[in-house]
Amino acid sequence: MRPPYLSLITWMPFVGALLIMFTARRSPLAVRLIGVVTTGISAALSLYLYVTYDREAALTETGFQFYERVALVPPLGINYELGVDGISLLMVLLTSIIIFAGVFASWTIATRSQEFYALLLALVTGVYGVFVSLDLFVFFLFYELAVLPMYLLIGIWGSSGEIRPRGIFAWAYRETGVGTKEYAAMKLTLYLLFGSAFILVGIFALYVAAGTASFSFLDLSSATFDPMLQRWVFLAFYVGFGILAGIWPLHTWSPDGHASAPTAVSMLHAGVLMKLGAYGVVRLGMGLLPDGAADLAWLVGGIACINVVYGALSAMAQRDLKYVIAYSSVSHMGLVMLGAATLTEAGLNGSVFQMFAHGVMTGLFFALVGLVYEKAHSREIFRMGGFGRVMPGIATAFTVGGLSSIGLPGTSGFVAEILTFMGAWRSEFRWWLVPAVVGTFLTAVYILRVAKQIFWGPPSPHFHHLEDARGPEWVALVILVGVLVVFGFVPGLALAPVDTATVPLLSRILEP
Amino acid sequence: MRLGSPELALLVLALPFVSFLALALIRPLRRSGRPAALVSILAMAGALGAAAALTWQAIPVARDVNPSVLWSWLPADGGPMASVGVWVDGMAMQMCVLVTLISLLVQIYSWSYLADEPPASLGRYYAYHSLFAFSMLGLVLSPGFLQMFVFWELVGLCSYLLIGYWYDRPSAARAAVKAFWITKLGDLGFVAGIVMLWAATGTFDFWPLFQAAQAGTLQVDGLATIMFLIYLGAVGKSAQFPLHIWLPDAMEGPTPVSALIHAATMVTAGVYMVARAYPLFALVPSVLMLIAWVGAFTALLAATMACVERDIKRVLAYSTVSQLGYMMAANGAGAPGAAFQHLTTHGVFKALLFLGAGIVIHHFHTNDVFRMGGLFRQRPWVGGAFLVATLALAGVWPLPGFFSKEAVLGAVLDAHLSVPFLMLIATSFLTAFYMFRVVFLTFFGHAHAEHHEHPAPPIAMDAVCRALAVLTLALGLRAALTGHHAEGPAWLPWISLAWAGAGIVLAWTVYQARAVDPARLSAALAPIDILARRRYFLDAIFAGAYRFLLLGFSQVIGWVDRYVVDGVLNALSAGALRAGDTLRRLQTGRAQDYVYGVALGVLLLLVWAQLG
Repeated sequence: MRPPYLSLITWMPFVGALLIMFTARRSPLAVRLIGVVTTGISAALSLYLYVTYDREAALTETGFQFYERVALVPPLGINYELGVDGISLLMVLLTSIIIFAGVFASWTIATRSQEFYALLLALVTGVYGVFVSLDLFVFFLFYELAVLPMYLLIGIWGSSGEIRPRGIFAWAYRETGVGTKEYAAMKLTLYLLFGSAFILVGIFALYVAAGTASFSFLDLSSATFDPMLQRWVFLAFYVGFGILAGIWPLHTWSPDGHASAPTAVSMLHAGVLMKLGAYGVVRLGMGLLPDGAADLAWLVGGIACINVVYGALSAMAQRDLKYVIAYSSVSHMGLVMLGAATLTEAGLNGSVFQMFAHGVMTGLFFALVGLVYEKAHSREIFRMGGFGRVMPGIATAFTVGGLSSIGLPGTSGFVAEILTFMGAWRSEFRWWLVPAVVGTFLTAVYILRVAKQIFWGPPSPHFHHLEDARGPEWVALVILVGVLVVFGFVPGLALAPVDTATVPLLSRILEP
Repeated sequence: MRLGSPELALLVLALPFVSFLALALIRPLRRSGRPAALVSILAMAGALGAAAALTWQAIPVARDVNPSVLWSWLPADGGPMASVGVWVDGMAMQMCVLVTLISLLVQIYSWSYLADEPPASLGRYYAYHSLFAFSMLGLVLSPGFLQMFVFWELVGLCSYLLIGYWYDRPSAARAAVKAFWITKLGDLGFVAGIVMLWAATGTFDFWPLFQAAQAGTLQVDGLATIMFLIYLGAVGKSAQFPLHIWLPDAMEGPTPVSALIHAATMVTAGVYMVARAYPLFALVPSVLMLIAWVGAFTALLAATMACVERDIKRVLAYSTVSQLGYMMAANGAGAPGAAFQHLTTHGVFKALLFLGAGIVIHHFHTNDVFRMGGLFRQRPWVGGAFLVATLALAGVWPLPGFFSKEAVLGAVLDAHLSVPFLMLIATSFLTAFYMFRVVFLTFFGHAHAEHHEHPAPPIAMDAVCRALAVLTLALGLRAALTGHHAEGPAWLPWISLAWAGAGIVLAWTVYQARAVDPARLSAALAPIDILARRRYFLDAIFAGAYRFLLLGFSQVIGWVDRYVVDGVLNALSAGALRAGDTLRRLQTGRAQDYVYGVALGVLLLLVWAQLG
């Protein structure tokens, strides 16, 4: 009998969190070791699943493998049902990579590291759970588990910035306390809970409309829904998950949240949780509601185009390093949504690949920004300068991440972008290609400008005694840079399994 | 057509790549400096050997044999969406030899030129060089547009890294970023074009596209637009007007890097791409016409700027832009063969010019030609080599530049492009003038005072220059002896020789005999002179567009996002807080108030019941 791999991957970090809370009191090193070991087990197992995933079987049968099922509430049709296809498998791998690197990147957390790691690991269980669960009720439980610990993580371990109240809404800025970490934590949590209300409504609407008394994805995907209902529920899913994916104009939680969050949390949130939003739109929106997806593709793609250009321009205007990266996530999530909205094989593959590539890349960025901040105690881009001489390792990693962000060949970002472009021009709305391509140029402008300002040029007089990354921090950087480059050179590693999931998904949408 | 073996081609590609990986991943090796350089040089020598063997082994075959070998790169349902592989035909093999040869010589030259660099930086330098050679070779051997674009961008990355090699100099940092941005601007067109071509035909690969194009079965809507967009990539890379502005600034890199960028890699990529994809460009005469016009115009414009430049490296940079104009004009005139011939000969003598200029700069410790003089007597070998290259660039018989330039001019005339032809002829006069201006000012004339004893240039630098000079002469003599004849009217060589001679004579009169004061010459041509000195304001226009349009617009968007989009949200949340605050006052805690409330409610209910 095959061990329940998916449950092991999912619950391993939770076990780690419990162990940390109950056994590792007053031993910071033990906390970290437990974190490394439990996430390491999850990472190793997800790598194993990734390698053993059977592509032939995925094309012929339902596509979901490593299936597990335990009845929870049989009268209501709620089951603990897990399984992965090509898309979720890649997302599981992404989560493993980011959290494993994140544990190393936050090695130097000093205050209350026990609680920090425990919450972080609990959150990761939620993220894994969302990607692997096939029962929508359980899916939603995991989803909430992934969102809620953020509030504490940002509110306690975050950092505050300063934002001057201006414009006609200046009064509101004074009353809400914009810029503080508590504000950011509250904004992020409330926004995402607001979104999850839409998701819950959508899930119940489908449960009732299908009439099979089952929350199982497999049952629901074989049901057919009225096109009108599909449109409304798709819209609900789009708004609900879209908030998490940072769709314009509901994205403003993301820059504030990511800028205030501590390193590992920003990594995980921008790297994985935003993908969770896009994944939700693809899995539930497009997977369950083919007609709705086809009808509303124009909306998803149109907003995505705004995201790409608007996010890039906003990133260019920032003076705070973390905000630049946060806005670049808004821009890149636009590419993710754009690829999905093209409803083409190339575009959807590009979208999923972009989720992965951007996840790793932005994880790398936030890790680097965390390191720079820790050493320079500043995030003011225009005060920095010439760091390349004293921190060559960080400069190199930043350059690789930046190049991936620009979509330079040889990095994962390129594969994702070219596929999205290809999909865009083959889609119903060809002009989507224009904002997508323009976005890459704008990205080149702001990324290279920032890299030049921080790492090149003569050393800034404001900083002394800076140093390069050390021991555990290197582990994080090497893993992330390596993944970016390897998947950029050999994109088939990811595309081969992803394609087995995207092709059946699209065929349901495109064939009436 | 001749074909080589794909295994050898892969070896040519693999050697620099392995060298790059070794230098990039093995930190102690990279930081050791000299050993790292040795690894890179040996790998390059191996690649040159393999490329030469490839050319040697090439077997003539019929035209309808696919010269490419492919592997799947982007897997998809029902066959890969894109493939990678190698394409080894005559042009690719020649180009491989040129790239590996120039890279090898430049790397050997750098060994001495950068002898004073700290070891860690030297290792980094050679790692970039290996990656640069790998990228360019990958581009040359590309069997399809996508792979070409991949390496195209990598070439751009390497030149960004090498131009910014001295990254703590602000000017170098600026120049590197500028080069990346300007070429990226053209690449936007390239990527959009190939994506559109893929969407229309379902493939990126050259072979099926060329077959269909030659058979006349390629049915693509808007092919002219697509090919125009693809050409935009070449405009950026090959420094065509108006995206040529990055190339002169690229001089901020070390001189050997300039030699590499100008001779064999980077800028030649655009010309090579158009020549490679010529079967597709041939289907759209309007785009070809545009290519020819822009090329000729670029040639003329850059030549005027070269005439007023004081910095020896920038003169050479403008001469590169100008010569790239010739190549593109030939492409546009429907003679990719002539373009490619000019590319190879130019590659050899331009490398020589830059490496010679490196020795000159080494000697005088300045880039300003007006502060040099009399070098020929002290360094006859260097002067002789530089003179050979200058004559080649000016197009004097029997040097290789003469033959390739004749081929270009003949092709342009054949295509009935009379105005571009006149522009190119005028350019050949200017070319001879500005190059001999440099030669007279640097190598002849008076040696300036404050002269210290200069050590002779290191042997490696000297040897590389001599080798290139010999190669230039050999190429020219071979062309002269084999009776290589370009098509074109019999008067054409005489006209262009006469113009070149006139340019040389004018330069001699002004800068050697001093019969005419240069100030009076420039006063006579005041409008053009001022425009050329200001670089036709193009740099200023681009800088203004970047600073005021792009950054300004981004500031607006950033403000809107922070204070309007987010402002509405904050207003909503502050409004909710205020509403809660107001409603809270209803909970006064006094029993009377609640009784009044209940009474009011009952009253309202009664009224409602009566009305209902």
